[in-house]
Amino acid sequence: MKLLTGNDLASGDSIWWSGRGWSRHVADAVDVGAGADAAALLAAETAALRVNSGYVVDAEQGPDGPCPTHIKERIRAAGPTVRPDLAIDSTIPIVKA
Amino acid sequence: MYRYDSYDQAMVDARVEEFRDQTRRRLSGALTEDQFKPLRLMNGLYLQLHAYMLRVAIPYGTLSAPQMRMLAHIARTYDKGYGHFTTRQNLQFNWIRLEDAPDILADLATVEMHAIQTSGNCIRNISADQYAGVSADEVADPRPWAELLRQWSSFHPEFTYLPRKFKFAVIASEEDRAAMRLHDIGIQLVERDGVVGARLFVGGGMGRTPMIGHELRDFVPESALIAYLEAALRVYNRYGRRDNKYKARIKILVHELGIDDYRRQVEEEFAAIGAQGIEPPVEELARIRAFFAAPDYETGLPETVDRSDPDFALWLDRNVAAHKAPGYAIANVSLKPVGGIPGDATAEQLDLLADLAERYSFGELRTTHSQNVVLPHVRKADLPALWQALDDAGLGTANLDRITDMIACPGLDYCALANARSIPLAQKISERFARAGKAETLGELKLKISGCINACGHHHAGHIGILGVDRKGTENYQLLLGGSAAEDCSLGHITGPGFDEDGVVDAIERVTDLYLARREDDERFLDTYRRIGMAPFKEAIYD
Repeated sequence: MKLLTGNDLASGDSIWWSGRGWSRHVADAVDVGAGADAAALLAAETAALRVNSGYVVDAEQGPDGPCPTHIKERIRAAGPTVRPDLAIDSTIPIVKA
Repeated sequence: MYRYDSYDQAMVDARVEEFRDQTRRRLSGALTEDQFKPLRLMNGLYLQLHAYMLRVAIPYGTLSAPQMRMLAHIARTYDKGYGHFTTRQNLQFNWIRLEDAPDILADLATVEMHAIQTSGNCIRNISADQYAGVSADEVADPRPWAELLRQWSSFHPEFTYLPRKFKFAVIASEEDRAAMRLHDIGIQLVERDGVVGARLFVGGGMGRTPMIGHELRDFVPESALIAYLEAALRVYNRYGRRDNKYKARIKILVHELGIDDYRRQVEEEFAAIGAQGIEPPVEELARIRAFFAAPDYETGLPETVDRSDPDFALWLDRNVAAHKAPGYAIANVSLKPVGGIPGDATAEQLDLLADLAERYSFGELRTTHSQNVVLPHVRKADLPALWQALDDAGLGTANLDRITDMIACPGLDYCALANARSIPLAQKISERFARAGKAETLGELKLKISGCINACGHHHAGHIGILGVDRKGTENYQLLLGGSAAEDCSLGHITGPGFDEDGVVDAIERVTDLYLARREDDERFLDTYRRIGMAPFKEAIYD
C-alpha cells in the first residue's frame, strides 16, 4: 500500500493523509495508491498549504493499522526512539523481526 | 569576549526582519517551498524528520553566560526543553515551529547571536580550540584571528554561493584539539622569528571522501591573511566542481589539481590581490584583539586541591586541564552521562552552566567539537564546589576522552539524511563500557559514530569509528579503526563486513579486549593499533 506523508507547514510536524485530512498518527493513514490521483492530491494539498514537502511512501497493513516499510518512515511516525517521553506512537515496531 | 559594534548588531537585526518577512510570505503561500528553502537554510533552519531544526552559531565555540541562558530560554519556550551540541561547536534545537523561528532569531539577536551561515554553500561558523586563550602551550590566542575570519566571511558577497560548504578551524598549539587538518582550511598559528602568523592547511575533510589537509603555506603574516584566504577561496570558487555535489568540496579540487598546482594558482591570485588593499586596518585588528584580553586573574591562589573524595579526584584527573594562569584550571563538563544522549543538555542544565560560569569562570564558556562544554577560567580552590554543583545536575561524569565520551551525530532518530541510528548505539556502548570500570581501564580511546556517510559524527577520525549504513532497509554498522583528529591525524580503516547494533557493540568489546592483552606500558589504544596493525584486530573480530 502507499501512504501520503509530509510535514505541517507551520509546525513541521510529520503528518499522514487520512482520506479526509492530515493526521499526526500513521494509524489514521489510508492507501492512496500509486497512480496519478496521489500526485494530484499532493499537488492540491501543497497548494492549499496543508502540507509541506509531501511524498508517497510504501507501507504494509499491520495489526494496528498501516506501518511504513522503511525504518526512516517508521521513526518519523513513531517519534525519536531515544526519547519515549516525546513519542508520537510508541507501538510502531522500529526494527522488524 | 568580542562584543558587537553597531555594524554587527545592525546586520543581525536586519537579517532577523528580512527572515520574518520571508517566513510570513511562506506561511501565506506567496513563496513556495522551493523558493523558501534556500532562504531558511541561510538562517540555519532545516526541515528534519519530526520538525524544523534550528542550528545556532557559536562562533569559535565561545559563549557568555547570558548567551547560554538565552539558549536555555529558547529550549524552554520554543522547543521541548533541551538542545543538542554539535560537532561544529554549535547548538541545535530539534523541535522548532516555523512560525516561531523569526521570534527565536530576534531573541538570539538580543544577546549577539544568530543562525546565519550555519547551513548553505558558504563559509560556515569558524571553529577553534576550546582552550583558546587559556592553554599554556599556545603561541597566541586564536580567538581574535577567528573573529577576524568571522567578520570577513559574514555575508561575503563573493563567497555566499560557493560550490559547496566551507569550514575553517583555527588553533594555536602543537596539540590539535579542533580537528584542524580535517577542515577545508585549517589554520595553525605559529611563531617565526618572533612574529606570529598562520600556517595554512587546505583540502581536509570527512564526508564520503575523507582527506587530510595538505600544507598550503608554512607562514602567512597577519597583515596578509585576509588577502591570502581571499585568494584561496577565489581559486576554489572559480574551479570547484559545481556540476557534481559529491565532488564539489575543495578537497576534491586540491586532490585533482594536486597541492602544488593549487598553491601556484593561489599564489598568483594572491599577488594580484595584494595591490588592492583589502586587508583590514591595523586599528581594527587591535580593536578586535582588545576584546580578548585575559580576565583579571587573582594572584597568590593555592595550587593544591583536596582529593579526599575519590569521585571528585577522578573527575579532577579526567576532566580538568592545566591553565596558563597560576591557581586556575580548565574544567571540562562532559555531556556524556552513562547511557545518556551525547551532546544533549536540558534547559535547566544550560541555565546551571550559565550560573556556574558567572560564579566560577568570569562568565565565559566554551563548546567543543566533542560535544562537551568547558568552563575555561576556574580557580583551583573552586573546583570541589563546581564539581559538586555539576554532579548534582548530572553533569559531573568523569570520562573525558574515554570510550564513553563518544561523539555521536543525531542519526536516524532526528536527521533526514541519516541511514541508521547513532544515539541508541552510543547508549549501549556507554552502558557496556561503564560497567566494572572498563572505560577507565582502557584509557584514552576516542569513539566516534556517524549515522551516514556525511560523517557529522567524525567516524573517519575515531580511534574506533562507526558508520551507520542502510542495508536493504535495515540498519547496519561498519567498524573502523585507527583514525585520529588530533595532531597525529589519520583516517580510520574499515575492519570488514558490518554488524547489526548488538553485533557492533560485541565487536568493539573484542577489539578492546585484544588491545588490553597486547598493549605495552601506557600505550594508548591508537598506538597499539598503529604498532600491531589491523590484522590481529580483524582476527579477533571475525574469527
